[in-house]
Amino acid sequence: MPVVRLAHETDFDGWRAAARSLRQAGVAPHHVVWTVDGSADLFSPPPPCGEGSGVGVTVGCAEATPLRPTLSRQGGEGFRVPRPFVDLAGQAILHRSDERFDLLYRLLWRLQDKPELMHILSDADVARAHGFARDVHRAAHKMKAFVRFRLAKDDEGEVYVAWFEPAHRVTEATAPFFVKRFANMRFSILTPDVCVHWDLKALAATPGADPADAPREDALEDYWKTYYASIFNPARLKVAAMRKEMPKRYWRNLPEAALIPELIAQAEARTSDMVRAAPTEPGRRVVRAAVRNSRDAPWEGQAPTSLEEIAAGVDHCRRCDLWRDATQGVPGEGPPRARLLFVGEQPGDQEDLAGRPFVGPAGQVFDRALAAAGVPRAETWVTNAVKHFKHELTGKRRIHRTPNAGEVAACRWWLDAERRIIRPRVIVALGATAGLAVFGKATSIKDNRGRALQLPDQAQAVVTYHPSFLLRLPDEKAKAEAYEAFVEDLKLAWTLAA
Amino acid sequence: MTALTLKRKLAILSDAAKYDASCASSGTKTRDSMGGKGVGSTDGGMGICHAYAPDGRCISLLKILLTNFCVYDCLYCVNRVSSNTPRARFSVDEVIDLTLGFYRRNYIEGLFLSSGIIRSADYTMEEIVRVARTLREVHDFRGYIHLKVIPEASPRLVEAAGLYADRLSINIELPKDESLAALAPEKDAAGIRKAMGAVRLSEAASKEKGRKARPPKFAPAGQSTQMIVGADAAADGAILKRAEGLYGAYGLRRVYYSGFSPIPDAASRLPVRRPPLIREHRLYQADWLMRFYGFARAEIAGEDEDLDLAIDPKLAWALRNRGDFPVDVNTAERERLLRVPGLGVKAVGRILEVRRFKRLEMADIGRLSRNVGKLKPFLVAADWSPGRLTDQADLRAKVEPQQLDLF
Repeated sequence: MPVVRLAHETDFDGWRAAARSLRQAGVAPHHVVWTVDGSADLFSPPPPCGEGSGVGVTVGCAEATPLRPTLSRQGGEGFRVPRPFVDLAGQAILHRSDERFDLLYRLLWRLQDKPELMHILSDADVARAHGFARDVHRAAHKMKAFVRFRLAKDDEGEVYVAWFEPAHRVTEATAPFFVKRFANMRFSILTPDVCVHWDLKALAATPGADPADAPREDALEDYWKTYYASIFNPARLKVAAMRKEMPKRYWRNLPEAALIPELIAQAEARTSDMVRAAPTEPGRRVVRAAVRNSRDAPWEGQAPTSLEEIAAGVDHCRRCDLWRDATQGVPGEGPPRARLLFVGEQPGDQEDLAGRPFVGPAGQVFDRALAAAGVPRAETWVTNAVKHFKHELTGKRRIHRTPNAGEVAACRWWLDAERRIIRPRVIVALGATAGLAVFGKATSIKDNRGRALQLPDQAQAVVTYHPSFLLRLPDEKAKAEAYEAFVEDLKLAWTLAA
Repeated sequence: MTALTLKRKLAILSDAAKYDASCASSGTKTRDSMGGKGVGSTDGGMGICHAYAPDGRCISLLKILLTNFCVYDCLYCVNRVSSNTPRARFSVDEVIDLTLGFYRRNYIEGLFLSSGIIRSADYTMEEIVRVARTLREVHDFRGYIHLKVIPEASPRLVEAAGLYADRLSINIELPKDESLAALAPEKDAAGIRKAMGAVRLSEAASKEKGRKARPPKFAPAGQSTQMIVGADAAADGAILKRAEGLYGAYGLRRVYYSGFSPIPDAASRLPVRRPPLIREHRLYQADWLMRFYGFARAEIAGEDEDLDLAIDPKLAWALRNRGDFPVDVNTAERERLLRVPGLGVKAVGRILEVRRFKRLEMADIGRLSRNVGKLKPFLVAADWSPGRLTDQADLRAKVEPQQLDLF
């Protein structure tokens, strides 16, 4: 029976070389014994190399017999295995289980007949190897979390030293993480398996150490324990949840863990005290604030007399329910003496976030068309028929929904105030909703666009498309025609307003 | 106040910060300290929890307030102006020294800094930003920074905060605007939403492609928020509806649900009782279903409904919708497998991979999922069919856990 003696516990290269030879030699997994030099199989002293097997494969032992040429004849230049297997083996070999070499060789062996084996995650061997890799990954993660450095001084200055006992043999594999994190800080991590040292230039490894080799204290530990005790909420005691993520095996090297028994013991009493304690009287401030609130909150009643009042009022408007799901009311903007007033439908997603009208995709079309028509937006008032964003959620996206007649009517109060205060010469209704808001009744765009309409308040009106209608037209030709008409309408409005 | 030692300040200002549930250090971009002069790294994906307190919560960041003096009087808050809690204030240097000292000893991933409102929103925000800026610019600190945004602060300061922080958060506090108005008179729900909208826009602007000068990164780990559960009368459905809306409107990475917990010197108008931990847990499960399992909020709970505390929301949904089951593990599409109680996102991924090569039996599923008992009534495998089990009247009793899994 071939005995493979690997150089050390995490000798992946040795395992790989041996496994390759063994498989090429056709040695079935149950015939192979895997051992690690130094750890020694206590029950059977390592047999001389080659003994008990016609193949004579050994690796890593002092009297290693060179692999016989017959082997390479058999398998040519070797064989290919799926990359996931190599990655998995590299991880699983760091596990402390004695089974790992055997398990991985068995997988390698089985891959000959079943190249798809690594995809069958429910296979017992594959699942077990993945279980090992998961344990190793977790051990590495916990090492990143639970290493606690103490500050020491040596001849070269400050050095941070930690004593740590990893669940699996992950120290060397995890060391680069600490180098990246603490590139400009000298540190050593001492473990029973191996120690790693960073001197600002290179990472070095030395044999395993003893807890006594690490510093015994650190001035900041008391602060850390203070923090740990204070951030704990005794009213939420969940000891099992803590122990699941911070297993007891790590506690002896975590300074804060010394506090755990006491924190648990006191939690019940501390919580009861808080629950039992007589509630304090609300302060005078609370009362005053409540009074102030009840006075200011229901902003209703008199019509606004300035654009500032409109902006403030729109934001607190509760005339319909659209405010509930919106970020803010979006008031109109522009110069207070604008001769031309544009009315859109309602703010969209971007307008809702920004608090300004026509800044999203439709706003870009609008801006482009204004430029083409020679209309300076900065000299016009731009607002919407409805001031809050009406939408519904589809997955995580907010999809525009057309406001209904009730919402338009409720919000007309604000538009009317804007018209009253600004007194524009011309009002342009962009789209059907704006038409409804401006004229107070449904107004066909197709039948009315391209000409001046008289409004009762002495202003003239133009109805035209909404810019987002142009965005939605699927037919390129129709889109170009509609855009052209849109620009013409803008020109007309500007001329009327001149 | 001069008598307070740094240790005492730390005790007061971390005690004051612990009612904020978030301690995540995840989701930011990858960076490290190589080639720099300071310390710090982030790995982009999952964060690291450096310790767990006996409340089961992860301790990833140094989570403190700059000060717990506050001019606001939010009834649910331990730091409200009318509370008799002891007060303290850190200097900027003290926060920086603690952060770096803790970080070098590998206690933390970084800093989560919040503050009571002193003088004005802008003054407070300015101080918060100053800590972050000093850490980044003077000490070249490359660890994680989470800053709390004061909603009333000016946009200029929020913008600055986003340049130094990995994550920003603004707490929505309560599921209904009306509750916030009643319990936190100085806070304004509309103002909070506006601030979230501003953060969302800044995030989007920093990711915009095709701009000549690449804008600086803005809060690469996005924004999160927290809702207090149990301080007002809102039903779970209303809480989830608010969460759903926030995810949709502001692209939040996380909504945290924090069961209202007894606090020292509590206000008389609030229910001082043990925090509703199970309810909180069920809300998180429902939140996960909305974000990763393709459930719409309305499928999980109507606006006035509460979640079932005894069973998880996915199982509850499955029991209400038995017509959709059993699902054949060997043929069903991903979306339907995700709805099977007991199958998580990872297990479904593994099932899909394995099934390209073999027909799955119950033993296979046992190696891919930990909850075979729960999923059996809902799943058909090569060697298993639940038969009439799926429709049995007493199915709930069979799959319901013997006792609640939290206490």
